[in-house]
Amino acid sequence: MKGAIVVNTDRCKGCALCVYACPQDVIALAEKKVNVHGYPYVEAVKAEACVGCSSCAIVCPDGCIEVYRKKMEE
Amino acid sequence: MENDIISPENLVYQKPTLMNDVPMHYCPGCSHGVVHKLVAEVIEEMGMEDKTVGVCPVGCAVFAYRYLDIDWQEAAHGRAPAVATGIKRLWPDRLVFTYQGDGDLACIGACETIHALNRGENIVIIFINNAIYGMTGGQMAPTTLMGQKTSTCPYGRVPELHGYPLKMTEIAATLEGTCYVTRQSVETVAAIRGAKKAIRKAFEASMEGKGSSLVEIVSTCNSGWKMSPKKANDWMQENMFKFYPKGDLKDTIK
Amino acid sequence: MAKTEVTLMKGNDAIANAAIRCGVDGFFGYPITPQSEIIETLSLLKPWETSGMVVVQAESEVASINMVYGAAGAGKRAFTSSSSPGVALMQEGISYMAGAEIPGVVVNVQRGGPGLGTIQPSQSDYYQATRGGGNGDYNVIVLAPASVQEMADFVDLAFDLAFKYRNPAMILSDGVIGQMMEKVVLPPFKARLTEDEIKSKYPWATFGRTKDREPNIMTSLELKPEVMEERNIKLQKKYQTIKDTEVRYETQKCDDADYVIVSFGSAARISEKAIEMAREAGIKVGLFRPITLWPFPTKQICDIAKGKKGILVVEINAGQMVDDVRLSINGAVPVEYFGRLGGIVPEPDEIVEALKSKLIK
Repeated sequence: MKGAIVVNTDRCKGCALCVYACPQDVIALAEKKVNVHGYPYVEAVKAEACVGCSSCAIVCPDGCIEVYRKKMEE
Repeated sequence: MENDIISPENLVYQKPTLMNDVPMHYCPGCSHGVVHKLVAEVIEEMGMEDKTVGVCPVGCAVFAYRYLDIDWQEAAHGRAPAVATGIKRLWPDRLVFTYQGDGDLACIGACETIHALNRGENIVIIFINNAIYGMTGGQMAPTTLMGQKTSTCPYGRVPELHGYPLKMTEIAATLEGTCYVTRQSVETVAAIRGAKKAIRKAFEASMEGKGSSLVEIVSTCNSGWKMSPKKANDWMQENMFKFYPKGDLKDTIK
Repeated sequence: MAKTEVTLMKGNDAIANAAIRCGVDGFFGYPITPQSEIIETLSLLKPWETSGMVVVQAESEVASINMVYGAAGAGKRAFTSSSSPGVALMQEGISYMAGAEIPGVVVNVQRGGPGLGTIQPSQSDYYQATRGGGNGDYNVIVLAPASVQEMADFVDLAFDLAFKYRNPAMILSDGVIGQMMEKVVLPPFKARLTEDEIKSKYPWATFGRTKDREPNIMTSLELKPEVMEERNIKLQKKYQTIKDTEVRYETQKCDDADYVIVSFGSAARISEKAIEMAREAGIKVGLFRPITLWPFPTKQICDIAKGKKGILVVEINAGQMVDDVRLSINGAVPVEYFGRLGGIVPEPDEIVEALKSKLIK
């Protein structure tokens, strides 16, 4: 299983709860970046490690993350 | 490769449609957002989008009506259970719930909370307990823990000055009119799943005329507690659950 | 009961009976003297078995008014009743209904105050009713019955006005009218509105948002001052429309009168007798009885006062409506006040004495 996330960076408030929730260290606060509201936001820094468990999206208080998952053929 | 995965047929999670795109005013990391999401998901999964009326409180969630696209009524501080009673008694086939904070439910609204629950009104009260008055800047709440510091007990809560914290959920479990009384939280994926199940169970019980339900969600207020969201979750796990233990306190539905 | 049967009952019972007959959906109330018969009679008549009307004894007046807020905000005919100290507790809810434009109805069977007061009648909530005891710039439509018949008739009227303008309405009665027994013809039975009728007549109500519309939100909160000012201006325009079109009053024997007594509710009934006695003594007096206390019959009182030698305002309080009469007449003729306080009901001869000593001299 491989996963991928799409973060709505404008909606993200940089609370980083997703960062702590991710079992694969996929997601982190983007360095030195803020969005249009002045919040730092998160992005997938290790996208290849994502398995699409949705932990990040589930704990996100603002519903910023979309999660995709696909069974990869060997 | 990422583009290969990101395509509509592979979507496994997104925020519920009932939760609209209006940016929510809650602080970063606030539990309110998670619970709003769960309420929206449950309403959608039950297919009750066009038959639900929510009653929102005075507190940080006063603007809940901006974020979930159902009909809402804004109640005066503490009065939501009475407002919900009026709605549900006259529209008995609607899903009617209140969404209240600890000041709203356990302080000014203590009377309305107890009586609506004890009358067995077929409503669900969702109780967000973060042991502080968030909206007004972090004052002591009836559920503030002994020793906890807030702006109106800056040296820590002590019995001689401030009395004792109040366990409304335990009180609710003793009331004959309640069918389901539970305490949950939303700081981990597992906890969130449990909270969602509890909300669904309570909503269904109200639609089946089984009586009133109280779903307490022990929550954080990282702004009021002056901690980062993660530290607030940790503090909650270390301190709040000891005094407000999680689990079902009453379940006559099973 | 046949449609035009005349029956004998208390004012409070007339309210209860009329409510069932005019298709009211719900009553939410709390016992307090002198109006507990309203909830007692409703409970005895069991309308939930006939028309489906819901009757709930709430845990307090605070809870009662908020139940009315919920039910009326959802498009249903809902009312509560109480007496002065209980209505004081309802002021928050009334202000919220005015702000959210919710058509709830409140019945106040006034008793002496201030505070817990007495169980005897008074009219000392005039200010509370017409100036608004709750916060903010708002008005409540206030009807003042002076007979058991008007108690029965004003229930439907109060709801019609409340829903016409999406504004709270009040029936301001008192312990005399509530407790006295008179002949009354109750209104004919009218069915409660169906779900479809409510949806089509009151599309603003919160009965569950269907896909064809935006969510309906009942709220009185608005943090942006410019928007809040607009909201208030809109409310003021509404109130002006009500002032222009909904004034109700009654006059008796004013055409040839030298003096006019202005009085409402039970004080007007006593004044009727005083006028009879005064005319027998050769004093030509008439009666002007406001029926709507808000909107106040300002223009009409002003017109009636033209060419008169004086106005005596008779009210069972320390002088509240007299302010509105003075404002209306604007100094054109002398205006005096007579009243009794704290639960004492004046006698007709006291009123005649007051007329002589204060105006005729």
